[in-house]
Amino acid sequence: MTSTTTAFEKARAEDRAALIGYLPAGYPTVEGSIRAMTTMVEAGCDAIEIGLPYSDPVMDGPTIQAAAQAALDGGVRTSDVLRVVEAVAATGVPTLVMTYWNPIERYGVERWAGDLAGAGGAGMITPDITPDHGAEWIAAADAHDLDKVFLVAPSSTDERIAMTATESRGFVYAAAVMGVTGARDASSDLAGPLVGRVRASGDVPVAVGIGVSNGDQAADVATYADGVIVGSAFVRCLLDHQGDEAAGLDALRALTTDLAEGVRRASR
Amino acid sequence: MSQQVQQGRYDADDRGYFGGTWGGRFMPEALVAALDELTDAWHEAMADEAFVSEFERVLRDYAGTPSRLYHAERLSRQVGARVLLKREDLNHTGAHKIRNVMGQALLTRRMGKTRVIAETGAGQHGVASATAAAYFDLDCTVYMGAVDTRRQALNVARMQLLGAKVIPVESGSATLKDAINEALRDWVASVDHTAYLFGTAAGPHPFPSMVRDFCRGIGDEARAQCLEQYGVLPDAVAACVGGGSNAIGIFTAFLEDEGVEIHGFEPGGDGVDTGRHAATIHAGEAGVLHGARTYVLQDEDGQTVESHSISAGLDYPGVGPQHSLLAATGRATYTPVTDAQAMDAMALLSRTEGIIPAIESAHAIAGALDVAKRLGQEKGPDATVIVNLSGRGDKDMGTAIEWFGLGDTGPSAEERK
Ligand SMILES: Cc1ncc(COP(=O)(O)O)c(C=O)c1O
Repeated sequence: MTSTTTAFEKARAEDRAALIGYLPAGYPTVEGSIRAMTTMVEAGCDAIEIGLPYSDPVMDGPTIQAAAQAALDGGVRTSDVLRVVEAVAATGVPTLVMTYWNPIERYGVERWAGDLAGAGGAGMITPDITPDHGAEWIAAADAHDLDKVFLVAPSSTDERIAMTATESRGFVYAAAVMGVTGARDASSDLAGPLVGRVRASGDVPVAVGIGVSNGDQAADVATYADGVIVGSAFVRCLLDHQGDEAAGLDALRALTTDLAEGVRRASR
Repeated sequence: MSQQVQQGRYDADDRGYFGGTWGGRFMPEALVAALDELTDAWHEAMADEAFVSEFERVLRDYAGTPSRLYHAERLSRQVGARVLLKREDLNHTGAHKIRNVMGQALLTRRMGKTRVIAETGAGQHGVASATAAAYFDLDCTVYMGAVDTRRQALNVARMQLLGAKVIPVESGSATLKDAINEALRDWVASVDHTAYLFGTAAGPHPFPSMVRDFCRGIGDEARAQCLEQYGVLPDAVAACVGGGSNAIGIFTAFLEDEGVEIHGFEPGGDGVDTGRHAATIHAGEAGVLHGARTYVLQDEDGQTVESHSISAGLDYPGVGPQHSLLAATGRATYTPVTDAQAMDAMALLSRTEGIIPAIESAHAIAGALDVAKRLGQEKGPDATVIVNLSGRGDKDMGTAIEWFGLGDTGPSAEERK
């Protein structure tokens, strides 16, 4: 298993931010999602977040909803997600699962932590679990040496940011805008101050997500954050080329290259 | 109403857990500040006499409470026990939902927010929300599953006439659970000026407890009315359970009355063994949905399973977490009632009492009649059952026309009945 910390250390050594890419497992197929994520690693992603498709994704906008629903309609199972983790982790980059809570509770929290670690996963990002309601996950993650990535938002109080920074391991996920996932044209002016507030309460790396879709935005975010998270824009590449895998992978490669240049271009 | 300050054994702890496990707040961090703000505002408001008396005044003068406790005599003779109907169908807008909405809208005003959003299944909560928004001059958007906008077209029109914007939700199964998802997505982006008027006693803390507090007048009134009118406590109380607001609203006053049986009736759809139902407690398993740990209809992987009920207001694959506690501790019993049984009860109540119930409430009638028959045999004709008649059936006439083949006055119509 490769902890996410290694991705941030590598990026820091090169004086840049890390690029973290998200795709849901099972879209367009389980094997297709493995090929897509492998392409993103080859083109410059420093870490991969694998989405576990869920029937009620309240933090996701239309783009990720559409791909996740298609994956579910295609019959993707929790066990398939572990298969994707194993394949992507084999490339050597830190590989996390991003998931809503119920599928994990259903799988069995302790059993899940063991199987995720066994598949080479680095840890888990939990958009609908905060540390104050996540005791079971925290215990299981600690027992299996897994990263626990919790989110902070512009609406978070300083007290909650401090609590979240203390409980997180690997990095803290700063949701840059008040809203669901989805590519946005302009970068958020809420992200910088939010990252500053996390920094003030600990030295865990901070990655910024929600809305970043191109190299210029990545360069902007990279000026103040340790990591840049991109999701919907990658998913868009696949949705826009449904039925033409080669074209989808080309689009993913081109976007990754643009973003990877972005995180290197930033003046820090 | 000031009772909520003390925590009884069936109440949630400070973090929103009932019995230590059910409920809680499994929510995005982005909404936690708003949920904390709401929790504080609700606690302060309930301790503020001015708020409580304003709430009572609005319910009395505008919504028409206390609702009557009515002795359904013909029905009682049929079953051999005293059947009392808590007439929430006579409230303004036609259901118990107005109580919850007036409470939450008053809180919204107290918090200085100017916009409200709501989800709705049958449209009753949406209509109540649109009504409260008009009354308090708030901007109102209602999310409604696209499937439900078609089966409850009349309520869509009512909301629109009241000045609300109705947004059909096409994602997922396009019913109530998806409307909740979409309302939550709106709220994440609008939380600084928007209040989410949650329509039932489910969801993240503080909604299950807060909605209960706003609805508990149903049971408080019914208990006092029963004692006053008949000099006894009932032997049983009964309600239908969708998310659980009307049920917890009537149950709460009786929880500590050990001798009173408490019965919740869940939507059994085509029958629980067909898989097409929404009997969440009876057939679901513990999980997390919409921010609370509760019984959920889910598959082996924890994906929510689509629910089915003839009644849009009961068509929800989750249930309020306090009901999960009441079921787990055995304090309340939850039993499925099929579509067909509910529709039979709708016709029966219409013809024996001249009251057309909402199909939701017809589930309670159907289940309660069995309870009443048993109690009548055990205890005689003075055995007393209170049924929460949570709403009136006007909104359901489309479904009734189809189910019973009504509307046709030709010669063959008589034969069909
Ligand atoms: C008349 C009526 N009763 C019951 C319900 C079910 O909701 P709850 O279980 O929250 O009372 C509804 C919901 O729309 C309703 O309109």
